[in-house]
Amino acid sequence: MLLRYLKPYRKESILAPLFKLLEALMDLIVPVAVAAIIDKGIAKGNKPVIFTNFAIMIILAAAGLAFSITAQWFAARASVGFSTGLRQDLYDHIMRLSLKEIDKHGRDTLITRMTSDVNTLQNGVNMALRLLLRSPFIVAGSMILSFLIDAKTAMIFAFVVPLLAVTIFLIMRYTIPLYRKVQSRLDVLLGRTRENLTGARVIRAFSREPAEVKEFDRENDDLTRLNEFTGRLSALMNPMTFAIINIGIIVLIKTGAVRINSGAIGQGSVVAMYNYMAQMVIELVKMAGLLVTLNRGWASGDRIAEILKTDPGMTYPDKADDSVKEESGSKDAVSFSNVSLKYSETGDDAIKNITFTVKPGQTVGIIGGTGSGKSSLVNLIPRFYDATEGSVSLFGHDVRDYDKDTLNDLVAVVPQKAVLFSGSIRDNLLMGRKASDEEIMNSVRIAQAENVIMSKPGGLDAKIEQNGRNLSGGQRQRLTIARALVKKSPVLIMDDSSSALDFATDAALRRAIREKLDMTVFIVSQRTSSIMNADVIVVLDDGKMAGLGTHEELLDSCDIYREIYESQYPSDITENIKAEGGVA
Amino acid sequence: MSGGKLKKEDKNVILKKVWAFLGRYRLLLVLSIAFSGITAFLTLYIPVLFGNMIDDAAGKGKVDFKGIASYSVQILIFIIVTALMTWIMNAINNRLAYRTVRDIRSRAIRQIVKLPLSYLDSHSTGDIVSRVIADADQFSDGLLLGLTQLFSGLMTIIFTLVFMLMKSIPITLIIVVMTPVTFVIARFIATRSYKKFWDQSIIRGEQTSLVNEMISGEDVVRAFGYEKISSDRFREINLRLQDCSEKALFFSSLTNPSTRAVNSVIYAFVALIGAFMILGGHLTVGGLTVLLTYANQYMKPFNDISSVITELQNALACAGRIFEIIETPAETETGRLEPAETKGVVAIKDVAFSYDKSSKLIEDFNLDVKSGMRVAIVGPTGCGKTTFINLLMRFYDVDRGSISIDGVNLKEMTRHALRRKFGMVLQDTWLMHSTVRENIAFGKPDATDEEIIAAAKEAKSYSFIKKMPEGLDTIIEEDDLSQGEKQLLCITRVMLIHPDILILDEATSSIDTRTEMLIQSAFDKLMKGHTSFIVAHRLKTIINADVIVVMKDGRIIETGNHEELMKKGGFYYDLYNAQFDGIQR
Repeated sequence: MLLRYLKPYRKESILAPLFKLLEALMDLIVPVAVAAIIDKGIAKGNKPVIFTNFAIMIILAAAGLAFSITAQWFAARASVGFSTGLRQDLYDHIMRLSLKEIDKHGRDTLITRMTSDVNTLQNGVNMALRLLLRSPFIVAGSMILSFLIDAKTAMIFAFVVPLLAVTIFLIMRYTIPLYRKVQSRLDVLLGRTRENLTGARVIRAFSREPAEVKEFDRENDDLTRLNEFTGRLSALMNPMTFAIINIGIIVLIKTGAVRINSGAIGQGSVVAMYNYMAQMVIELVKMAGLLVTLNRGWASGDRIAEILKTDPGMTYPDKADDSVKEESGSKDAVSFSNVSLKYSETGDDAIKNITFTVKPGQTVGIIGGTGSGKSSLVNLIPRFYDATEGSVSLFGHDVRDYDKDTLNDLVAVVPQKAVLFSGSIRDNLLMGRKASDEEIMNSVRIAQAENVIMSKPGGLDAKIEQNGRNLSGGQRQRLTIARALVKKSPVLIMDDSSSALDFATDAALRRAIREKLDMTVFIVSQRTSSIMNADVIVVLDDGKMAGLGTHEELLDSCDIYREIYESQYPSDITENIKAEGGVA
Repeated sequence: MSGGKLKKEDKNVILKKVWAFLGRYRLLLVLSIAFSGITAFLTLYIPVLFGNMIDDAAGKGKVDFKGIASYSVQILIFIIVTALMTWIMNAINNRLAYRTVRDIRSRAIRQIVKLPLSYLDSHSTGDIVSRVIADADQFSDGLLLGLTQLFSGLMTIIFTLVFMLMKSIPITLIIVVMTPVTFVIARFIATRSYKKFWDQSIIRGEQTSLVNEMISGEDVVRAFGYEKISSDRFREINLRLQDCSEKALFFSSLTNPSTRAVNSVIYAFVALIGAFMILGGHLTVGGLTVLLTYANQYMKPFNDISSVITELQNALACAGRIFEIIETPAETETGRLEPAETKGVVAIKDVAFSYDKSSKLIEDFNLDVKSGMRVAIVGPTGCGKTTFINLLMRFYDVDRGSISIDGVNLKEMTRHALRRKFGMVLQDTWLMHSTVRENIAFGKPDATDEEIIAAAKEAKSYSFIKKMPEGLDTIIEEDDLSQGEKQLLCITRVMLIHPDILILDEATSSIDTRTEMLIQSAFDKLMKGHTSFIVAHRLKTIINADVIVVMKDGRIIETGNHEELMKKGGFYYDLYNAQFDGIQR
């Protein structure tokens, strides 16, 4: 399946091995020339033959070099072109995957696939183009040429070659899986080390250092033992091939001697076959190395293919028809009808049977305990996930009927995790859109982020480092809010996105959004104070809707809401405050 | 792992340190060297015998079968001895390399658990892990390669020269004079391709960080329809990478064909001159065969050695990085006392502390806590709340002043004795990659299941533990649990040990308010009669405290209970009201 990435480089992928074969052919002729020098030149004292064959050998060397350079160039072009195309497609594919699929694979895994796996595969393709044909060709060629020189003497090749092949194959068959096991033991040790660092406080607080060291030692010993065992096994390769080849040579010379004695062949022929035997073993050892590289490349290829095969899991209509595009103010802004969502087929519903509608311009608060489904609920509006049952509508149309760009223009999201990209603050706020600095600053002010920008040299052009590490959590969060506001979408979703803000800033932010913007706003929060002024509050409990209404209504009618509220505002205090006539 | 250019003195220093570990196996080392000498000799001597064998079959009717037979037996014995010795030598080298690295790693982990937290906090985890794992691994690979090839390569060169000189001095000279050409060529190509490889690694780095960013920020990409732009950004880098990689790969792959070509030319010359020497009666056909074989192989040990040397330099640089950890000064244990009983009287006198000694953080910190008091610490982010806890647990030591428990200065107690008094739940929910049971019993490994379950019930974690596939035996994977569930497990862990003094640092921040209320009652029970320190921003927890310590910029600016502080109308009053901002509307 991945082979199609070689297609644009078909010419190169054919020419590379072809030139490699030509080069190998040059190598194969050399012993013939040496044999000629010995048998025709030396034995008969024919000096011109010696000179001619010397010249042939020099030409062979030059031709071999030329062929080989050509082959390397084609192989480099094809393999790098292959990985470039593959990498781009893989990247675009990952960008298309639904969040559900991304979660399933894990982000770290995807990053590894993109980087080291593609590189390993590129290496494998390059080696395959260069050597996959060459080595067998030399082995076969050595054998054939030896048989041509003298079939009787060359019989030993028929024993040595298969024996070598089987030996190498068997050793590799047992060691390759062992190497994989070594790697996984190393991973265990890595995990242990990391744990010791990330958990240093807890480990020390519980005085568990000796136990951790003991565990580390045990895992370290396991790794070492396996390493030694694997090493001993793979160390068999060299001595065994050495022994087989050299015993083969003994037999070769012994049979050759009989033939020489009978006058069937000259001394030079035996020397040529001896040379072939030596050449062969070098190629076989190369071959073994190549197989390891190929095997690695193959495994990487499988892993990459698995990602490419993943269905994006979500499709959009190409261009929605016009009726979908127009948004009329009279319709409901967002409506959920009997919506349920499951993240995996076997799992429980994250949210179950949710129904409610929101008018344009309303503010909706969503509250509930950890894992009650708050984020799941709002994630359905921009189609981060699709509802398993029921439907979510936006301005009168099912969200699944919008094309991607339109849906994107309609909904702005401030995610829970304040992620910024490296680049200027402006790039981060615009995200590829166009807006004047004045417009940007307007959003920035509403997001209470003006002082963040002022505090940075260069203002909007100030650089944000990777992961936004030159900003504090609160600063990042305010910028992510501003980023969502720059979109000017009619619907804004804030998914617990003021958690890093202190209460005063949080309040000012909500006030600014209410006063300055005419948007339908969803606020997800654990804090009652963030949502109690909302027009509608949705109370979730274990994925189900436990209450729907305004703060006052819910205080009267919804036990769960009251509990949450009172846990944050103990009743005696609230009464105190009311009694004191409120606080400035 | 590149860029490890070491100065010569550094190299010697590191070598000495490596020797401290390797030296333990010096007997094996001596054996390895002896074996590699013998095998190098035999491997080279066998072709000489083959040459003699060929000479015994000079031509029609001139074959000395007796000679051939005796040579075959000799060679066969040598082959078997060589093969066996090679294998044993490899096994010894394996053992040497792997055991040395095992010893170094095990030394490193012993250091890591004793390193001051200031070191761990200021160094990235990834970096330390990669030193202990990847660097150590590369060191062992380099060491192994060095052991197998360095000495045997040297021996091979020496014996080859000796045997060649015995066969023919002029041909030996040709080989010795001409082979260096290949080095010049290899060198030339390497310097040319180095630049391309350098560029390639920079572009690769650029690409990796883009991939990292975009994949980990995939939700943002999705939310802002950024796919197209991100794809274009990727393509731009990718095409630059293609251009660069292509050249890097091509240039570097020229080395082999070029040196092979030079080698072939030398081979041809040896054949030519050898032929004339045979005609002149100075050489035999068998001798020429031997020389040709040597001419083919003469380069190999040089190449091996030069690659081993690069590899070894890299290995030494890696070793240097591990030794940096091993040599970082560990915390010293100054305390001797191990007071068993704890009343929980904590006195903090004139304490000053800062992480970065050039800027002040905590100054003139004074606090007296009576036995059984509940102390709440509040203040804006970065005011030093968590730092205070770091000092209390002696994760860090005070710069000035003193902290004492029941009248004993913390510095006079052993750290273990001190920490045993505390139970701590942090905002950062760290759990081991292990079973639920082992995680809960972390502070009390011999706890029975009944005790564990009782603690879990109290901490309200039992309901979700029960639902896990294997209950208490479920292995906790990173993403299996929500932040809140992790926090519940951390609380359970402390519930089990019934600590004398409790520290809660935003311990319930990720737990929903309903569950938190339930846990609070369990905490109340746990804290009864015990001193406790609580960092929190939820009012209910703070209001019931005996003392509220209000911190700002590293100083205590107000202390008192809730009523007192509210009456005072100071910073606490403002903080408190900010939280109630929503109420009046």
